Amino acid sequence: MRNHIRKALSHVIVGLCGLAVLVALIPLAFVLFYVVTQGITSLSWSFFTQMPKPVGEVGGGMANAVVGSVIVVALGGLFAIPIGIVSGIYASEYAGTRVASAVRFAADTLNGVPSIVIGVFVYGIAVLPFRQFSALAGGIALGIMMIPLIMRTTEELLLLVPGSLKEGALALGATRARAVFTVVLPAALPGIMTGILLALARIAGETAPLLFTAFNNRFFSTEVTQPIATLTVQVFTYAISPYKDWHRQAWAGALVLVGIVVACSLLARIATARMERLQRGS
Amino acid sequence: MAFRPFGTRSDEVLFRAGTGAFALLLIVIVAAIGVELYRQSLLSIKEFGWQFWQTDTWDPVAGEFGARPFIWGTLYSSILALLISTPIALGIAIFISELAPTRLRRPLVFLTELLAAIPSIVYGLWGIFVLVPFVRQLEAATPDALRSLPLFTGPPLGVGMLSAALILSIMIIPFSSSVAREVLKSVPQAQREGAYALGATRWEAIRMALFYARTGIVGAIMLGFGRALGETMAVTMVIGNNPQITWSLFAPQYTMAAVLANEFTEAADDLYLHALVEIGLVLFVITLIINAISRMFIWSMARQRRPRVARPAVAKAA
Repeated sequence: MRNHIRKALSHVIVGLCGLAVLVALIPLAFVLFYVVTQGITSLSWSFFTQMPKPVGEVGGGMANAVVGSVIVVALGGLFAIPIGIVSGIYASEYAGTRVASAVRFAADTLNGVPSIVIGVFVYGIAVLPFRQFSALAGGIALGIMMIPLIMRTTEELLLLVPGSLKEGALALGATRARAVFTVVLPAALPGIMTGILLALARIAGETAPLLFTAFNNRFFSTEVTQPIATLTVQVFTYAISPYKDWHRQAWAGALVLVGIVVACSLLARIATARMERLQRGS
Repeated sequence: MAFRPFGTRSDEVLFRAGTGAFALLLIVIVAAIGVELYRQSLLSIKEFGWQFWQTDTWDPVAGEFGARPFIWGTLYSSILALLISTPIALGIAIFISELAPTRLRRPLVFLTELLAAIPSIVYGLWGIFVLVPFVRQLEAATPDALRSLPLFTGPPLGVGMLSAALILSIMIIPFSSSVAREVLKSVPQAQREGAYALGATRWEAIRMALFYARTGIVGAIMLGFGRALGETMAVTMVIGNNPQITWSLFAPQYTMAAVLANEFTEAADDLYLHALVEIGLVLFVITLIINAISRMFIWSMARQRRPRVARPAVAKAA
């Protein structure tokens, strides 16, 4: 009799775990459903080619914000990719040292710092001294968020490269720098690129660190020393506005953002699957 | 001629110092964030001291800065989100790592990761136009008997603590569940097999694994908590942005991150700006502590993973 109760309890809990998965997937489905249905009716070619129209005039697009997002994210990448990769090399080459674990801890810490706090920090170092919001400040803020992501991916992937590869290079008389940069790093590069792609996608969706660094700009601008419009900040501005037509534009912007994220995740997944197949094949 | 495995000594030193300089930059950035936030909030720290965190009135126009409602809003919304998300996140972790057929695992992992990848601003937009109207209906439909409880007082506005907690819990589920999943994966299979061999049911074997992984799981939940504390955009858009301390789930409230997002560019004078930066500083310190503790839990779990095999006596003698 007691066994019946135990078995029943087991079944109930197994069922509840399955239910938990469904409960989490419902909001995902709802968010995607609304973004796609609301966004698709508002998304058109003019969204990418036209400038925002003043209040009251219907239509227009977010050409300036699309370009602005690309610029700010590129600046962030430019800044974070070298730092992330080289510090990742250090963490994997000197994995056992105390400095390496301190750096790893710093990376995890930085990863946990709220993005809005990074915005406040960058405001202090890159906006306040010049009395000027700028695309560059936005890029720095996004870059700081990207560094720990790229560093940890690089480190993990370098550690996966078989030690015999590096030993072979060293045996041929290569210096450690040469062995790492010409043998080990290229072997891990496809994976690192995937990691960078995912980091860029994640960073492209950030709003909070841009609010008071890149700020916003109603006009088309490619000046890195000037404030610049970005998709995310524009979606925020439109979403909290009282105008129907702006809400429509916000949904279109959200669809573009989600599209970027989903496309990058799928791409990364396909790339990883292919790499795994290749590795098994060789 | 001595054999030099890494080229000449200076090559090795150069490489180590060169890559090390980049690596140290990470530590420098973290330290610089702390120092800069402190420097930029000195005015407010000097002016108000601890009073800043014990006063309830936030009226920048009148020069009154009391930040207690923001601490309250941040902690209340994050704890509520944790209460909602923890059972769901654990259920997902258990389902994916222990129960799901292998073929289902990958797609499920992908979907939960997608939940984490959707930008905060998109959740916020969805929150404003879909979740908030839904919550408003829910609040309006609450029976009067419940409405007299302190948890459910106030008019049904939709925007407020309930919406914020719901959206936060959706957003932190993937973080807690993916870490908990990793932790469960590190539980040795022998633990479960041992439980089954003793006649355990499926749940009893899972409970064994959960018990074995308890430190890591607490770490996973705390990591989600850290995320919730700092989450900005989605919360700002649905919480109603009203600095008040109340238990009511229906009442609009405010969080530390949200006040930064809303008021930072409007700060007209230095004292106002410094008061806001001080809020940022405290948010930074709180998330730092929460994250450090959760990493410690997760790392100690990872260390356990190495099999501890009793060394034969012979090895010692040699």
